[in-house]
Amino acid sequence: MAKGGEVKLIGGWPSPFVMRPRIALNLKGLEYEFLEEKFGAKSELLLRSNPVHKKIPVLLHADRPVCESLVIVQYIDEAWPSSGPSILPSDPYDRATARFWAAYIDEKWFPSMSGIARAQGEEAKKAAIDQVVEGLSLLEDAFGKISKGKPFFGGDTIGFLDIALGCFLGWVRVTERTQGLKLLDQAKVPGLAKWAERFCADSAVKGVMPETEKLAEFAKLIMAKFRAPPPQ
Amino acid sequence: MQALRKERILARPEEVKLFKTWSSPFPLRVAWALQLKGIQYESVLEDLSNKSNLLLQYNPVYKKVPVLLHNGRPISESLIILEYVDETWKQYPLLPQDPYARAMARFWAKFGDDKVLPSIYAAFKSEGKEQEAALAEASEHLQKLEEELKGKKFFGGDNIGYLDIALGWLANLGVFEEVSSLRVLDVERFPLLCAWLKEFSDAPVIKDCWPPRDMLIAKFIARRQAHDAKSSST
Repeated sequence: MAKGGEVKLIGGWPSPFVMRPRIALNLKGLEYEFLEEKFGAKSELLLRSNPVHKKIPVLLHADRPVCESLVIVQYIDEAWPSSGPSILPSDPYDRATARFWAAYIDEKWFPSMSGIARAQGEEAKKAAIDQVVEGLSLLEDAFGKISKGKPFFGGDTIGFLDIALGCFLGWVRVTERTQGLKLLDQAKVPGLAKWAERFCADSAVKGVMPETEKLAEFAKLIMAKFRAPPPQ
Repeated sequence: MQALRKERILARPEEVKLFKTWSSPFPLRVAWALQLKGIQYESVLEDLSNKSNLLLQYNPVYKKVPVLLHNGRPISESLIILEYVDETWKQYPLLPQDPYARAMARFWAKFGDDKVLPSIYAAFKSEGKEQEAALAEASEHLQKLEEELKGKKFFGGDNIGYLDIALGWLANLGVFEEVSSLRVLDVERFPLLCAWLKEFSDAPVIKDCWPPRDMLIAKFIARRQAHDAKSSST
């Protein structure tokens, strides 16, 4: 068990990327200090700890920084191997499969998700939505093959790929609400739809998944900033 | 008398196949890793303008090289393949043992692919003001790698490791520089990187796998001519 003060996480409550290490730390039963960044202003500590990207999340373990959410999750798994369940699968091929889909989610699927809100005009919006739906169909397929009938991608407990995808569920719900869509459609992606409920109900996730209402309000704020005219 | 059942164990050599092209730096990463570990493998040469059915079957999501096939199971994405190779064959470890050092290696490899590579690519592809901006960005990124090399022969320390392999494509910049007369890695600003480049390129396993320099030069000259023709005909 990590001693108090040894582990700190710099982050923000709305960020799905920040949620990833939080879930990992919870799975491992590790205590940590959550250093919440103010929206719109980056702290000295953040700039010092992540000079390359200046982004959250940053894990500080005995004051040594680790950056990039999935790098942090793997670090947590490897630095505390005997605490809690393994986050990465044990078989090298299963690990490669989990990493592959996590990379797909970050490089293709999530960008297409955020593309929906940014799309200008009906046609562009429909194209963005189609991309997301296509991606979900691929992920549904992957879920079937990887979970092999178990509740999570990781098997009986939440694992690396569950964390990589599950962190976006709050934003998926906000998108569904603001766009009047059903993305996690029981009819189209039944496996994922049920998985999403299980994921959000898990004790490692419940406390760190923001309420859809609160997230929707936050989304309005950033969209307003995004669309605001540049300052004179 | 106990009857001894002799089981005939049919030893099958492990099937390792690497789908690659003759020039792409990403499959080269995997070739280096396999060579460093002394793993026998078969190369399957792909023509990206005419992809084989096997490639499309093994990498349906991206339809790209490299794909590593091990005992009939495909793995895609070069950095992911590197970790798979390292975890499957334990000799000549590529990633360090210490979790923090591993996290750093992964962080910098991702930085290489997400930031350094696109900025250098943009520098070679663009012109005028755009090129100046791309070069400035590339230099900023390279400076960070230069700092990472302080006190080290290789990014991996005394020996070539995961991060050296991940950044190994930098060693081919000389070819681009020759074709475009653009200097990205000058020895005054990046003495450590230049020294590393030489050590890395001269290592026998690395040298062994390099695509032929004259073929690469010919390819990039042809590509540049095609690009120039297109932009001048508009």
